[in-house]
Amino acid sequence: MKPTDISNPDYFHKVVDCQWACPAHTPVPEYIRLIAAKRYSDAYMINWHSNVFPGILGRTCDRPCEPACRRVRVEEQPVAICRLKRVAADFKSDIKDRLPAVPEKKNGKHIALIGAGPASLTVARDLLPLGYEITLFERDAVSGGAMRTQIPRFRLPIEVLEEELNYILDMGVNCRFGEEITSMKAMLQEQYDAIFVGTGAPLGKRLELPGHEEAAANIHTGIEWLANVAFEHIDAIGKRVIVLGGGNTAMDCCRTSKRLGGEEVTVAVRSGFDEMKASPWEIEDAIAEDIPILNFHVPKKYVLENGKLVGMEFEKVCKELDANGRRLLIPTGEDPVIIPCDDVICAIGQENSFPWIERDIGIEFDRWEVPVLDKKTFQSTHERVFFGGDAALGPDNIITAVAHGHDAALSIHLHCNDQELNERPDPLTSLESQKMGIHQWSYDNDISNDVRYAVPHAAKEQTLNDINMEVELGFGPELALNETMRCLNCDVQTVFTDQLCIECDACVDICPTDCITFTSNGEEQDLRQRMLAPAENLTQDLYVSGTLPTERIMAKNEDLCLHCGLCAERCPTSAWDMRKYLYNTAKAVNV
Amino acid sequence: MTYISKPKFQHPQLQANNIGLTRRDYEGTLTTLCGGCGHDSISAAIIQAAADMSLEPHRVAKLSGIGCSSKIPSYFLGKAHAFNAVHGRMPSVATGANLANKELYYLGISGDGDSASIGLGQFCHIVRRRINMLYIVANNGTYGLTKGQLSATADLGSKTKSGEESLYDNIDMATLAIELGASFVARSFSGDKQQLVPLIQAGLSHKGFAFIDVVSPCVTFNNTDASTHGYKNTWENNVALSQVDFVPMRKEITTSYDAGKEKEITLHDGSVIHLHKTGSNYDPYDQENALHHINQHKKQGRIATGLLYINQSTSDLHELTDTVDKPFNALTEHDLCPGDEVLMDINETFR
Repeated sequence: MKPTDISNPDYFHKVVDCQWACPAHTPVPEYIRLIAAKRYSDAYMINWHSNVFPGILGRTCDRPCEPACRRVRVEEQPVAICRLKRVAADFKSDIKDRLPAVPEKKNGKHIALIGAGPASLTVARDLLPLGYEITLFERDAVSGGAMRTQIPRFRLPIEVLEEELNYILDMGVNCRFGEEITSMKAMLQEQYDAIFVGTGAPLGKRLELPGHEEAAANIHTGIEWLANVAFEHIDAIGKRVIVLGGGNTAMDCCRTSKRLGGEEVTVAVRSGFDEMKASPWEIEDAIAEDIPILNFHVPKKYVLENGKLVGMEFEKVCKELDANGRRLLIPTGEDPVIIPCDDVICAIGQENSFPWIERDIGIEFDRWEVPVLDKKTFQSTHERVFFGGDAALGPDNIITAVAHGHDAALSIHLHCNDQELNERPDPLTSLESQKMGIHQWSYDNDISNDVRYAVPHAAKEQTLNDINMEVELGFGPELALNETMRCLNCDVQTVFTDQLCIECDACVDICPTDCITFTSNGEEQDLRQRMLAPAENLTQDLYVSGTLPTERIMAKNEDLCLHCGLCAERCPTSAWDMRKYLYNTAKAVNV
Repeated sequence: MTYISKPKFQHPQLQANNIGLTRRDYEGTLTTLCGGCGHDSISAAIIQAAADMSLEPHRVAKLSGIGCSSKIPSYFLGKAHAFNAVHGRMPSVATGANLANKELYYLGISGDGDSASIGLGQFCHIVRRRINMLYIVANNGTYGLTKGQLSATADLGSKTKSGEESLYDNIDMATLAIELGASFVARSFSGDKQQLVPLIQAGLSHKGFAFIDVVSPCVTFNNTDASTHGYKNTWENNVALSQVDFVPMRKEITTSYDAGKEKEITLHDGSVIHLHKTGSNYDPYDQENALHHINQHKKQGRIATGLLYINQSTSDLHELTDTVDKPFNALTEHDLCPGDEVLMDINETFR
């Protein structure tokens, strides 16, 4: 193998598994250390710059970082990254004076944002400090998009939501709320320098089975129903409710039903539990509220009595794999199951919908009615029109929408300055030694062996009776501190300087997870087998040095490194050093 | 000194041995030696060797004297028996312990100060008495614990970090051991575990006095380019006379060996050493030849390593003195004082 090129900004970034997995690449270990130091506001601002909505995401994020956490590879549970983010938001002091200044004198460019969800708000936040004039159009009377309409208040209190929306709106956005855009052609004629579409995936699917028309009044579409609950247009539901679907929307629908008078709320899923799309913790929370989830139940028809919905008929199926390994749902042949109900909520998916974008104005759509975009710049086939969030690539999550927003804002900024959109600035990185003494580091390398701490919940008797009462209480300072100590500080990198190495084996002998091997060079596949302990996780790199005086090389398996720094502590020549790698994506302000 | 304890997390695929322990289970406390000390690699090699052989830690007794070397029994086999003796007096304690209970594995750890200076007399006698044990000297040519004076194993002309030059020729511990009748003598280098681990395993399995002189650089006081005991010189000048593979008794031997290039040595406990002949076609059964090779290499500034000498036909102390089969510490009062009748019988034989 060739010596590893650690100057490639992706190399050490990839070692920080959580940050690499985060769509917005939030520097996770950095803010976790700040939380440990009780510097909550500093931790909050690191998040705010990167993911814009720390308080909201600290409660609602899909947490792609957590399954990636290195801790999963050396024990069982990841660090509770998401809930630590909430700690920063909960305990911070007033941070308004830390928000970027917005120049009084504008730069003469005017950008329209359509839809006031996380993607558009991110664009606004990135462009306002650069002097852009921003006009934000929203169909509803208030901002927030899916964060307001799709996430129940018992998961995201209104104060938390509005605080973070207002940080951006108060920067000086021209808000045109309650105004639905019906023609892109008309928008294009208004001479905006760029238009950003962040209208989400607003079309919920309904299950049109026999009985559907007659029972329409009691069949609801999940996302519309949740929005109506959020806007207090709906405040009750039947005593017996069936929720169809296994995603997070289904989990929110069933838990909301429980709070609006649903006594027997049942979730029915076509596939098996293991294929449910909902996040495991959301499923756990639903089960904790005594909501049964029936898997392998395929809905067949709405059962009516005197023209009124009284139940739903299901066919029981089981899973089989066909010759190509594809999953099939085969009827078991048992009698159909009829579950009595007063209301059915369909939470079986949502789609993009652009009836207001004319198809003859240069914005191309593919055959799934999704706009044709450059996946990196988010520019559509019309040079002034950009997309982001669910509107761009289909339904995903908030943090992905934020990431799109940053990228689109950067593209818009380049576009407005007549620069090439694909010549994007490099990420901002630094690599600094953490050495403070022979055996002292400026990070806490004595990691905790504790298992993951659970976030305390409010009593079920209370939360089920108050739709606005937040279920999760969040970590207190002490629990938060204990949880932060589980972080392995993966951003503090083991950096090896081969010219300094005397091949004494001190690092090999001390490494708790047998990451380091000195051996003859070879092809990667061969080298992986010849490591002191085999390096079988191909998603994790080998760090390979240049040739040493004995003709051997140093090979380090990044997979299981605990970043404990013992290799560097035992190294007599400082050939190993622990250096903190900070990585921030380039944003519009960095052009 | 490292202040944190070694994290408990280990490589998830770390194999358990025949008695269900992993290599991590054979560790001791965290080292307090200087980072880069060769002695830590000896500890690691012992841990590896013991884990691979599935040694039961409670069947091992670690003994040492005084010095940096003699601290290391703390850092491996935390669950084994241990005795840290007076300076240079480990051989006496080892002899006593071995007499009392011959059924343990005895592992003596000493240094060049402990065995070649203050304890040289004791060393000579334990070799001569053929105690069944493995005696390792962690040899760095310097008194590291008293800040780097030249020791009795420092080669003529070798210089310490402070520039002091050795005016005297060295005591070669391996040569001495061969001359005094050790039946297993090897030399190795702390930096080369591929060589050291099988030698430790073979030494532990060997019945009789086994000795390994391990060049183990003192990274703080004796690791300059002018030192013959530094990493650089040892990497460049160590010449393996033979390569050893060790196959523990329990393991089925699956590799086939070429008799022309390899020699199979079956040890007393049924384990097997495979001796790969290197270019020199070295014969480790020949005492004279071994001494000749060691001296020849030394004259050229080279360090002869590997298994230097082995003799499986000698007897150990217990055989020579014809002790009872039962270990002494297991003898009961009745065994030791069998009563008047037996005494009468004995007295009768003198009449």
